[in-house]
Amino acid sequence: MDDTAGQANFDALMAADSRVEPRDWMPEAYRRTLVRQISQHAHSEIIGMQPEANWITRAPSLRRKAILMAKVQDEAGHGLYLYSAAETLGTPRDEMMEALIAGKARYSSIFNYPAVSWADMGAIGWLVDGAAICNQVPLCRASYGPYARAMVRICKEESFHQRQGFEILLELSRGSAVQKQMAQDAVNRWYAPSLMMFGPPDDDSPNSLQSMAWNIKRFSNDELRSRFVGMMVEQVEVLGLTLPDDQIRFNEETKKWEHGPLDWNEFKDVLAGHGPCNAQRLERRRSAHDDGAWVREAAAAYAAKQQAAVAA
Amino acid sequence: MSGWPLWEVFVRSSRGLSHVHAGSLHAPDAAMALRNARDLYTRRNEGVSIWVVPADAIAASDPDAKGSFFESPQGKDYRHATYYTQSEGVKHL
Amino acid sequence: MSESATRITPGNALRPEDIADRVHDGTAKPSDEVAEYALWLGDDALILAQRLGHWISRAPELEEDVALGNIALDQLGHARSFLSYAGGAWGKSEDDLAYFRDEPQFRSAHLVEQPNGDFAVTIARQFVLSHYQFELYRRLLDSADPMLAAIAAKAVKEVDYHRDHSSQWMLRLALGTDESRRRVEAAVKLIWPYLAELFEDHPLVDALPGIAVRPSELRPAFDAVTGAVLAEAQLEIPSVPSASGGGRNGRHSEHLGYLLAEMQVLARQHPGASW
Repeated sequence: MDDTAGQANFDALMAADSRVEPRDWMPEAYRRTLVRQISQHAHSEIIGMQPEANWITRAPSLRRKAILMAKVQDEAGHGLYLYSAAETLGTPRDEMMEALIAGKARYSSIFNYPAVSWADMGAIGWLVDGAAICNQVPLCRASYGPYARAMVRICKEESFHQRQGFEILLELSRGSAVQKQMAQDAVNRWYAPSLMMFGPPDDDSPNSLQSMAWNIKRFSNDELRSRFVGMMVEQVEVLGLTLPDDQIRFNEETKKWEHGPLDWNEFKDVLAGHGPCNAQRLERRRSAHDDGAWVREAAAAYAAKQQAAVAA
Repeated sequence: MSGWPLWEVFVRSSRGLSHVHAGSLHAPDAAMALRNARDLYTRRNEGVSIWVVPADAIAASDPDAKGSFFESPQGKDYRHATYYTQSEGVKHL
Repeated sequence: MSESATRITPGNALRPEDIADRVHDGTAKPSDEVAEYALWLGDDALILAQRLGHWISRAPELEEDVALGNIALDQLGHARSFLSYAGGAWGKSEDDLAYFRDEPQFRSAHLVEQPNGDFAVTIARQFVLSHYQFELYRRLLDSADPMLAAIAAKAVKEVDYHRDHSSQWMLRLALGTDESRRRVEAAVKLIWPYLAELFEDHPLVDALPGIAVRPSELRPAFDAVTGAVLAEAQLEIPSVPSASGGGRNGRHSEHLGYLLAEMQVLARQHPGASW
């Protein structure tokens, strides 16, 4: 199919809100945008395993240890689903992984903050996964089929992630004064970074409009952020905790939730690599990758020998 | 270069149903692909049987040939029971 | 995507919580000896799960993060079941036993206490332990203690997969590259001294006829099955002296203290807390 016919076909799919599949003609910019977005999403799952994996060995009850292990394992699975979706666009997983460990790829900046207490397992589940789910549910209808299908599976599996985080905070909040303080402190630290997970404000988000035109993104950053704040305001009361933002209010005119100012300079700083844990997170991924090289090579060599033996 | 090849995974969710494409994964060989698929795609009781197929062994129809491949059945309503209206009201037909 | 391919169901199986309930309402109460035996099995599984938990996010490939995570979760589930049951003898919960016992009160074998090392060491350790556990649980199905038999019934199927997983990797590492072969040979040498302890008989087992499985009885089947895999992998059984063991009597390796310090630190900072 030549580009003109391809573009016409692609435009028709967009107009009908239909799905694009891997072998369809698609504009190069659409392909590039998807590879960037899906691989960033995958990297976020993989790097995001680290702050929680750090607590697996210290989880304060065996039940919590099992839940946390299952959750971090899910994140590896979700990374895999997403890398697979990105691979259908012609970029091999190895290449994406190389870019990540070379520091050339981005991932959600929130994972560059440290998880310093057990309550952070609660706050990450409740706020970080909560924000992620808000972002991801509309992506189940993204125009690129493999991405949307991966998101359907991920959203189904993640439904327990936010709940277990909420429960951790609830237990702490109902526990001793020290435990409750631990929970409040974690919420205080993760609140603003979780709001920033929705991306820059709409008037400073150059790629958003194109992504919306391509039916990849369904709602603007600010819309999703406002919706998220509304949900958290209700839930924090059940937790018996507070959000560290005294400017949250429901705007009766716009029918939207509003929040206090966010420090976007910090966001950009962390994204640029100046967060508290950027170097540590990348180094951990790099060493896992490097330390595993001989294992991957061994399995590949074994497979090649088996094949040669069958062929002989 | 140790990059493991890509495999497509098909899962039968219960007896009597077809295997359905669940996703893909990387594995060095078929034996490990099956095991990885079990670990990745059936951790929540999603399956009773798994197929794995090397991704490059799948032949796919050409999306550009959509018209000549898939539009021919259109207009051939006589392949569907609903096309036959004279027998309406007749029992067990 | 078809609904059928992503159907998510919990399944039905004996859960640690069910055992805790039955212990609590008095329908399952082990004798002191049975509880002590359950600690053997539970502590092996717990310490191994703790070791394997460290791999998640550090495995050689993402698929292996998921695989090792599954094995760790299985082992943790078995540990919770055995410990919940054992606690019934002394009015203790699984967490009392996991977090508030000191080293001499643990009953784990030295094998599971061994550090992860590289992937080859982890696989060699897993290979030995899961073949041992499989032979043990298979026989425990016939135990006169219905709870031990019920836990074994769930565990034996899962451990069957663990021994397959580790056998597959033993073959690949042994017959893969020169480096992988060198590493797995070194790993086998490192792990083999701790094998004998698993099969040592003990007065506790004599006190539990028909209930506990005699460790020495497992050895012939273990040797036959692992021997076949090692032969296919062209790996020789190393002639290394056996370590003296003592885990069942509370004498542990140097490694256990560090492991417990990490595992127990948070729970002990908040005694009596609920999580």
